[in-house]
Amino acid sequence: MSAGWHKVRDWFRHDPRGKWVGLALIGIALAVLPFALEASVGRTWVRIVDLALLYTMLALGLNIVVGFAGLLDLGYIAFYAVGAYSYALLASPHFGVHLPWWLLLPMGAVLAAFFGVVLGAPTLRLRGDYLAIVTLGFGEIIRIFLNNLNAPINITNGPQGVNLIDPVAVEGVSFGKTNTLLGIAFPGTHLHYYLFLLLAVLVMFVCIRLEDSRIGRAWVAIREDEIAAQAMGINTRNIKLLAFAMGATFGGVAGGLFSSLQGFVSPESFAVWESITVLCMVVLGGMGHVAGVALGALLLATLPELLRHTAGPLQQQLLGKVILDPESLRMLLFGLALILVMLLRPAGLWPSPTRRRELTSARAPGAI
Amino acid sequence: MPLLEARKIRKSFGGLQALSEVSLAIEPGEIYGLIGPNGAGKTTLFNVLTGLYKPDAGAVVFNGIELTGKKPNLVVEAGVARTFQNIRLFANMTAMENVMVGRHLRARAGALGAVLRDRATLAEEAAIRRRAHELLEYVGVARHAHALAKNLAYGDQRRLEIARALATDPKLLALDEPAAGMNATETASLRGLLEQIRADGITILLIEHDVKLVMGLCDRVAVLDYGKKIAEGAPAKVQCDPAVIEAYLGGALP
Repeated sequence: MSAGWHKVRDWFRHDPRGKWVGLALIGIALAVLPFALEASVGRTWVRIVDLALLYTMLALGLNIVVGFAGLLDLGYIAFYAVGAYSYALLASPHFGVHLPWWLLLPMGAVLAAFFGVVLGAPTLRLRGDYLAIVTLGFGEIIRIFLNNLNAPINITNGPQGVNLIDPVAVEGVSFGKTNTLLGIAFPGTHLHYYLFLLLAVLVMFVCIRLEDSRIGRAWVAIREDEIAAQAMGINTRNIKLLAFAMGATFGGVAGGLFSSLQGFVSPESFAVWESITVLCMVVLGGMGHVAGVALGALLLATLPELLRHTAGPLQQQLLGKVILDPESLRMLLFGLALILVMLLRPAGLWPSPTRRRELTSARAPGAI
Repeated sequence: MPLLEARKIRKSFGGLQALSEVSLAIEPGEIYGLIGPNGAGKTTLFNVLTGLYKPDAGAVVFNGIELTGKKPNLVVEAGVARTFQNIRLFANMTAMENVMVGRHLRARAGALGAVLRDRATLAEEAAIRRRAHELLEYVGVARHAHALAKNLAYGDQRRLEIARALATDPKLLALDEPAAGMNATETASLRGLLEQIRADGITILLIEHDVKLVMGLCDRVAVLDYGKKIAEGAPAKVQCDPAVIEAYLGGALP
């Protein structure tokens, strides 16, 4: 690399003006991203990025439970379902209730947190495999309830799901259709993108702050050695329940946003496979490292889609016909990628900097 | 009034009577030793005193508060901190973070404070760091403050565990074989540390196998054998007690 490049890099990293310019550039790039995507590869991709941002929130929420506190939760998607359904039922013709989104999103968060505590409380004494099995069961229970609560009283509309959900609307601007602001046409997917981006960044911010705090340290202490943590005065019951509740909160918010984006929810969106996918994002990205987990979520949410859109045409072009169905190829490569990452980078693609600090510790005598 | 009093503690595991009617009283400011052959019930008693085990019968009273069967975190809150025989540090946290966890119960900041970083939270966090660093210096591992606990040398890990326990502001520090696996030099410097801790007003309960350390350091010693207290008193006196000699050497001398 040339000296000129280093000069530029150092300016962005260390010069206060450089930092602001860097942030502004990133901000502009993120702001024009949906338009660039639509112009180059089509609106489908804006939607894929929207979903990727939702997965980022989910993965960051699960990271609190699995990555920070070390509680293996295989039913995390249940909280996504709680958020999605609480939004859907109270903002659709199903009950004829149309509450505003700014009430429903916090409500979904609180309700999910409540479920986090309710489902977490019976598992407090369990660890490892046993905890995983019980949470797996809880996740399925929620989905099965949603699937069957259409009789005797129709609450969830069963497997048909809830349709015609009101999208988020700010000052009369509905995110469900294209709006023209300042002479620029913003389709609904674009507006959702900005909202999701804002909330994903907020969730990241909250996670980073929590990690470096009294609570974050207590979570990690429980992960490292629960008995020692208790012997150091940590109320392990409360701190574990707090982890379940915080993780579930983010899941609940993401669920409400999902309802707004899709306009339709049904139980099949919350199958156990979804829990596994989110867990894969956490593990692959770098368990316990906020930026790594966000990266893992973005990659795992977009790469399979990229493959789906390119594998077919590529085979057609090279071989004249489609030999491997893109859908099955996707799963095949997904599995292969997971195995490779676990073999080559067992701590994840972008693990926590603690591992790096380990190498430099000898040269930092007594410094705080 | 004794600082810690155990009254007729009984504890059995299945058919094994690990502790039968063990009573002891630790006075404020002393170093109290607990010795006995392997399997005598020392660690069991330790775990009962620190809340890890619930006794089948008997009572634990600390500083006038009944602690029997209370959870370990409440026992620490009352002022009894402990270390473990097989070191139980938070392996993937730095030495500094380990001690900071020890400050957990003397701090208040919750999740909201952590996110907002208001003035009170920042001040508290700074105080935690300051205290943690002081304690690392106190036990002599400050130069490894930012190394992961698992990468510390064995003796330093033992010291770090003591620093972490001290971070909870204990009145009584309970140490389970702190000199295990140490060489003579390390044991001598550990002894200096323990004397310093006592001089700073903290009472110490010590389980130890190193007879030289126990005899030289402790004000009083209790000897356990098969779950019973067979002797108690000044080290020199206990050393000559025929029951103690029998417990350690087996059978009466001809």
